[in-house]
This record gives sequence, C-alpha cells and structure tokens, in this order.
Amino acid sequence: MSNTIKKLFATSLLTAATLPLTAVAAALEPNKGDTTWMMICTALVMLMTLPGLALFYGGLTRSKNVLSVLVQCMVVFSLIIVLWSIYGYSLAFTEGNAFIGKFDRLFLKELTPESVAATFSKGVVIPELIFMAFQGVFATITCCLIVGAFAERAKFAGILVFMVIWFTFSYLPIAHMVWAWPGPDDIKDAASLEAVTAKAGWLFQKGVLDFAGGTVVHINAAIAGLVGSFVIGKRIGFGKEPMKPHNMVHVMVGASLLWFGWFGFNAGSALEANGTAALAFANTLLATAAAVLGWTFAEWILKGKPSLLGAASGCVAGLVGITPAAGFVGPMGALAIGALAGFACVWGVSGLKRLLGSDDSLDVFGIHGVAGILGAILTGVFAAPSLGGTGIFDYITNAASPEYSIAGQLWIQTQGVLVTLVWSGVVAFIAFKIADMLFGIRVAEDQEREGLDINSHGESAYEN
Amino acid sequence: MKLITAIIKNFKLDEVRTALSGVGVSGVTVTEVKGFGRQKGHTELYRGAEYSVDFLPKIKLEVAVSDELVETAIEAIEISARTGKIGDGKIFVSPIEHVVRIRTGETGASAL
Repeated sequence: MSNTIKKLFATSLLTAATLPLTAVAAALEPNKGDTTWMMICTALVMLMTLPGLALFYGGLTRSKNVLSVLVQCMVVFSLIIVLWSIYGYSLAFTEGNAFIGKFDRLFLKELTPESVAATFSKGVVIPELIFMAFQGVFATITCCLIVGAFAERAKFAGILVFMVIWFTFSYLPIAHMVWAWPGPDDIKDAASLEAVTAKAGWLFQKGVLDFAGGTVVHINAAIAGLVGSFVIGKRIGFGKEPMKPHNMVHVMVGASLLWFGWFGFNAGSALEANGTAALAFANTLLATAAAVLGWTFAEWILKGKPSLLGAASGCVAGLVGITPAAGFVGPMGALAIGALAGFACVWGVSGLKRLLGSDDSLDVFGIHGVAGILGAILTGVFAAPSLGGTGIFDYITNAASPEYSIAGQLWIQTQGVLVTLVWSGVVAFIAFKIADMLFGIRVAEDQEREGLDINSHGESAYEN
Repeated sequence: MKLITAIIKNFKLDEVRTALSGVGVSGVTVTEVKGFGRQKGHTELYRGAEYSVDFLPKIKLEVAVSDELVETAIEAIEISARTGKIGDGKIFVSPIEHVVRIRTGETGASAL
C-alpha cells in the first residue's frame, strides 16, 4: 500500500464530519443511543455561543459596549443557521469537487427523517437532520468568534455583510476541504479506499488531522478576526485610555459554559457514542485543566499575581488547543497540549500582540489563533502511538495501522494550517472591504466614544 | 451649625455610622465617590495590558450638626474611621447658613 493511501486512513476514521451521500446503504438504521447523543451534543455546542461565548466576550468589553457584543453573537448565530439551511450545509457537505460541494441539498432538499449520514464506523449511521444541525452550530460559533477581534467599534450592518461573504467563501470551502468525505462503508480494499477518498475534500485527501475543528473553526476565525482588526483600525484611545474588562464575573461564567459545551463540540465530533467520543471527552477535561494551570502559573511567575482573567483565558486556550487532537491523542498527550497552549497564549495576548501592533480587542488571534495553530501542529506529534496516541486507522484491515511518521504528519498538519491562514485571510480582507463599501464597517467617532449600546442598538445594560 | 464632610474608606462606613449614632447624631448622607490623595492609585493587569487606576473609590459622609456637637462628632468619625494606614481620608468642616425641615417647615437648629 502506498504512503499516500495510508495517510488517507488517518482522516478516514477520525475527522469530525462525514459526507452524507447516497453511499450509505439504505438498510442501515440509526442507533437510538447515537441519535440521542448527537442531539445532546448539538444543543451543547449551541450553548457555547449562546450564552457562553457571548458572556465571555461581553464581560471583556467596557460597560458601554456589552450589549453590542451580545446582540452580535445572537444575530450572527441566527443568520448563519438560516444560511446554513438554505445553501451552507449543501456546499460544505455534499460531494462536489475537492474544494466545495454542490447544491444537492439546497434548501435542505430531500432531507427527511429517514435520511442518514455516515459516521467513522462502518455500518453505523445517524439521522442526517441531526448531522446537519450539529455541523450548523459549528459554523455559527466560528462566525461568532470573529466579532471579538473588532469589538467596541464595528458597525452592525457591516458585520452582517462581512459574515455572509466570509461564511460563504471561507467557512464553507474550508469545512468541505477538511471534513467532507463519503464515509467508510464502501471501503473494502485499496481500490475502493482510493475511490472513496477521491470524493473527499482537498485537505482531507492530504491527510490533515482535525478532529473537531482546530483549523476549520479556530484558525479560520482567528485570522479573519486579525485581518478585521487591521482593516477596521484601532479603537479610539487604544493604548492610551484604560480599556479594562467591565465584568469579570461574566467572563468566568462564559468561559465555564464554553468548557461545558465543548464536551459536545469535541466528544460529539466522534459522531457516535463510542470509545473515541469517551477519549475526546476525557481529553477535553484534562487538556483544559492543564491549560488553566499553565496560564495561571505563567502569569503568577511573570506578572506577580494569578488573575481570574488568566485562569478563564487559559481555559479557552486549552479548549482550542485540544480541539484538533481530541480523538487522536492519549490523556497524557492532552495534558501536554493543554499546558503548552496555556503558556503559549500568555505570549499570544502580550508579546505577539505588541509585535502585530493591531487592536484585536478581545484577543481572538492571541488565543484562538495561537492555540489553534499549536494544537494543529501538536496533533501530528501526540497522535503517534509511541506517544500514547491512536495512530492512523486502516479501514482495509479495520485496525490501527502500525506505521506512523511524526515528521510526515507534522508537515501535513502544517500545510493545513498554512492553507487555512492564507485562504481565510484573503477572503476576510475582501469581505471587509466589500462590507465597508456597502454600509461602512466602523461607527462614527462620537458614537464610538459614547458606546455602541446606546448608539447602534438604542439600549443600555446598566443604570447610571 | 456646621456641615461635617468626611471622606473615608468604604469598609469603615458601618463603624462610623455606629459611632455617630452613639454621640447623638441623628442623620447622615452617604455618597460613593472617587478621588485621589496621598494614597494615589494602583495598577491593574488584564492579559497583556497594564492600566493605572488613578481614582480610588471612597465614601463621602455629610453630617449637619449643631455647634455643641461638632467636636464630639468629629472625634467620633476620626476614631472610628482610622486604620493608621495611608488612605484613611479627611474631615472638612464648614458653616451652614440655613436649614429647613421640609415636612414641618421648622428652620435652624431645631430642623437638624
């Protein structure tokens, strides 16, 4: 068997999504346990955005802008879910070319309660409606993550225009490239493996490992946010006036809800209630705890005091870091990834931020970008069986392949990171420029000084 | 009649109130304020950014008293608000020209 084909096995078992095509035999019935599990996971992933991420972000803003971030999260979430049902799901998860799907599921055409989607196990399917919903809430949180980078100054209408363009031309192709494939059911020998893989997305074919969305969700969103913070420009008074978080209690509640919901995000990406889901679940617990400790102690040593914001930020950094690795690495690999993500992001929000010189208001790139890239790279290391990982699954022998090249996988992972950075970065730049031409992407100076809540939304969060 | 204005530490409010009641002061107005004196501010660190907080929260007490109560009231505030550390606050005393109790229309010392 060629090396290329072996690489394909990796993604074959373990990426987060399958292509719900006609490839699945009509006779297969979804298991009630798997179906229940995926419904719960989908609701958990929704909880990450509403209210988890919204509160996390809202607490980090100044009190005059908290509602603007909350309404952005709620409306962008809803906008993306509607677009997802109209054309997003179809373009991301139907068979097309290596970069984008087709319109076979436009308006969720022919998607009935009887439709099933493949998983990563032969002969196991789940209802396609819940697969569609599960993947849909991934798209929503990705888009909502971006708003943190240009919080406190962006114009609401401009944000919505940006979201439509970026979702269509960055999220959908990247999700298709990394996650779309027809499922393992037809794989019997090298020839059928090749045939199945040929229908998959471009990065999937390369063998990029991304269990729950380190590239598709976090790097994708982080670079778009960073580009936005440059295009929109710094907040008035950035670096001169104090811009401290207005409510650390909200930040802590939000970060904790993100952690809780992330069990659905990571463990749910196994697409069934099995041992891989359990591994992802345990890793989500362990890596995040290690990252909280990593950030807290780094901050304590370097800056003198262990802060709640540090612990909460470490929590998010760990969750992002373990996302691509969740179902591939062992528990001790998860601890290592989490701790390293915690340390790295302390630099991401301080040294790197100064180096980049942008006003990424809520450190979307400093946390999601840095931990996302680190996690994607380290997945290639700790997925190795010699380091306690699962290695690469061979769908022909139906067992884990004994061969694994850390160096080879590292290069594949790096390609996934670079493609996402460039693709999303370019699309984001164009999308912000178009949004600026149509409605503008920044509020007037006096409105920014007085706050977006009262000026853009006509309400205020607190008395006096 | 004198108006005693005292700037004190927030957590000393209850002790000061009890002390004033003890010497026969019948009413106090309390305001949450911010300011700086010799204590100056402090710095806060949020992720990479360091902010200096120049104005610290304090409590401003306003007490209107008759001339014979002034010294005991000042002493009561001074003793109860003191921690001995920097930032304990200040007491200002100024004359009052006129007082009216709105409910009854009483004026002068009997309105206090």
